[in-house]
Amino acid sequence: MGIIKASKLIFDYIRRDENDQIEEVNRAIDAVDVEIKKGDFVAILGHNGSGKSTFAKHVNGILLPTEGTIWISEMDTRDESHIWDIRKTAGMVFQNPDNQIIGNIVEEDVGFGPENMGIPTEEIWKRVDESLEAVGMTAYRMKSPNKLSGGQKQRVAIAGVMAMKPECIILDEPTAMLDPNGRKEVIRTVRELNQKEGITVLLITHYMEEVVNADRVIVMDDGKIVMDGTPREIFSEVEQLKSYRLDVPQVTELAYELKKAGVKLPEGILTRKELMEYLLPLFLEG
Amino acid sequence: MAIKVEHLNHIYGEGTAFEQYALKDVNVTIEDGQFVGLIGHTGSGKSTLIQHLNGLLRGSSGSIYYNGENIYSEGYDMKSLRSKVGLVFQYPEHQLFEVDVFSDVCFGPKNLGLSKDEIEERAKGALEQVGLDESFYRKSPFELSGGQKRRVAIAGVLAMEPEVLILDEPTAGLDPKGRDEILDEIKALHREKKITIILVSHSMEDMARYADRLLVMNHGEKVFDDSPKNVFKHYKELEKMGLAAPQITYVVHELREHGVDIADDLTTVEEARDAILKILRR
Amino acid sequence: MLREITLGQYYPVDSVIHRLDPRTKLFGTLIFIVSLFITTTVWGYLLATAALIWVIKLTKVPFSFMVKGLKAILFLLLISVSFNLFLTSGEVLVQIWIFKITREGLRMAGFMAVRLIYLVLGSTIMTLTTTPNELTDGLEKSMGFLNKVGVPVHEISMMMSIALRFIPILVEETDKIMKAQMARGADFETGNLIQKVKAMVPLLVPLFISAFRRATDLAMAMEARCYRGGDGRTKMKPLQYAFRDRAAYGLQLFYLAGMIGLRFYR
Repeated sequence: MGIIKASKLIFDYIRRDENDQIEEVNRAIDAVDVEIKKGDFVAILGHNGSGKSTFAKHVNGILLPTEGTIWISEMDTRDESHIWDIRKTAGMVFQNPDNQIIGNIVEEDVGFGPENMGIPTEEIWKRVDESLEAVGMTAYRMKSPNKLSGGQKQRVAIAGVMAMKPECIILDEPTAMLDPNGRKEVIRTVRELNQKEGITVLLITHYMEEVVNADRVIVMDDGKIVMDGTPREIFSEVEQLKSYRLDVPQVTELAYELKKAGVKLPEGILTRKELMEYLLPLFLEG
Repeated sequence: MAIKVEHLNHIYGEGTAFEQYALKDVNVTIEDGQFVGLIGHTGSGKSTLIQHLNGLLRGSSGSIYYNGENIYSEGYDMKSLRSKVGLVFQYPEHQLFEVDVFSDVCFGPKNLGLSKDEIEERAKGALEQVGLDESFYRKSPFELSGGQKRRVAIAGVLAMEPEVLILDEPTAGLDPKGRDEILDEIKALHREKKITIILVSHSMEDMARYADRLLVMNHGEKVFDDSPKNVFKHYKELEKMGLAAPQITYVVHELREHGVDIADDLTTVEEARDAILKILRR
Repeated sequence: MLREITLGQYYPVDSVIHRLDPRTKLFGTLIFIVSLFITTTVWGYLLATAALIWVIKLTKVPFSFMVKGLKAILFLLLISVSFNLFLTSGEVLVQIWIFKITREGLRMAGFMAVRLIYLVLGSTIMTLTTTPNELTDGLEKSMGFLNKVGVPVHEISMMMSIALRFIPILVEETDKIMKAQMARGADFETGNLIQKVKAMVPLLVPLFISAFRRATDLAMAMEARCYRGGDGRTKMKPLQYAFRDRAAYGLQLFYLAGMIGLRFYR
């Protein structure tokens, strides 16, 4: 079984009026079946309200399924005796960098998770050192989080999760509130963790540039998984992506437009390098 | 000549060891009816600059003229300036406070001391401009989606009927659909109501698509002021400032480096597609 | 503005004072404050001054930085000094209209000013050299006995620590909302008291909503990081007395004895 497995997962947001009567039921996740392999870098795309963040919150048991089951490392999230093991296994990074840093000093924040887990002091220090190193924030360890840029704060948040030695990190739109530099900084860090430490990554985003290097891309719309494949497979379906109101990187769109106009290019070009590789010979021929 | 900024400086901690220029000798004139883009990395001074334009911040030295009048002259009516130069802050939905959408949009015109009919007239007009119909009027702002909330907040500034509208990253945190809707509405305001727009954004692609003129700020100074196409030609300098040009600019320049005879000022997918097809079909 | 208040701001350098156990520093601050109220003589103040200067030097925090904290109490200082200056009866030195300055008044005002300034400097040393987390840890541990009578000491100290983290954020947010409402024509400055209070609504409502949203987010983030109260928690920086703490306690007691002695020395 993969590290994450969902079967017929359903989640309803239920709104009740003053008398506790059900006023409105909103199905955020609609019978999702998915399995995620250990060590993969998986991106989940979708516009706001597509259910992607609700799904993310199921992975570490912040939300529990209305129907169906989700297992993390073969542990059912509804089994209360496992809840802390699940949160240890699947760490979570949230959107707003300010609202997830608890410590007043960077290193103390990174130590917060291990402290909660009852790790001995010496081991906490070791983990804090390693985690800060892994996200490249060692130089800032004594700083106040308020003095950091958005991208740096998110790296601290990632270090805080890393210090819990998770097998999987879920990042719920970690770059939505950052500027382009901060965005690059965070994505680079996450990719390194995936490649060097073998951490399974679940990246929720609506920025297309960030998913180009993923192993797998899942597109959600209206609570369902509507596309699932490699970035190349997904990005060759430009029209379909647009129908889910998602963007396509400019390079991919240009390649798609050229191909549509009859230029001989392969499907699903993702990077400038690829585009050049195929486009330049055409100019030389002509 | 709507806004004229002359030798504007803004210094933090003046006279102390921590003295720091937030703005340094900024000169810029923004004509009526322009759609101006303003970019710069975080801390470049762009947010500081726009807060000077409606008098929320005061420069350490220099002057700002609005329609020929110095806003720093004694007895200048700042309140009326703020109604003419509307400023929409980043995450403007965080300023909503009223019980329903309609009352919140009325807040601005109410502060102008208008009659009740006029206030309601304006609020209706503003909500229509951002694409929210009557069914939203009595809803609490807090039960709306992120994009809708933001549109209510923008309507709250529009209801003051500004001549100049400044928006600080109006699309931050929205998904592509929400982003396009907001930007299209801003474009429509510019086209139909002839409102002067100053748009702060990180997205070069959006700038290429919407702005007629692009200002680039770096370390408190204005470094570029030209059409987006001409500014993007300096993509190497932009990179040194922690910015970048649209992806298409890079594609075009790489093609040129390999001897392809393509214009160097293409910034959108459509332009690049047409130019490439034209060459390939020759 | 508000951001310049140094009270509660940690100054990160490595000094012997920084390395002291927060409980030692808490006790020291307490002793220093008590000593200021014990003393009534110039000699006593001289000893306090010497001790203060020595400790400030040891902290390696620039003196100018420390003095910034005094700005916040300038108003309070002026009021208490003028009260003492003009309202103490005794031998009249100068008389301007109905205001008399007496020799005793001058002396009282001087002592009062020194006392207030030293009070602030003393506690500023504490906050500049102790991270808020250490501070709350120190309080948690020193107050641990209250746990037995049902006071949730861990939760209180966690709340204090979080409050300290969010104060600067909320201050900045207040500034932002205020400006946003001013851009919509709000007026926070003019008008009578009722108008002013009414003008605060557009500021306070968004501020509360934001604080609640942050609190919800933070609670979720803490839960996601396995926080479940104080039980079973270990510490990254457990409090442990070192030799320097014992030495510091010794010096503190010695200082206190000196101050008591000087009170009776004529």
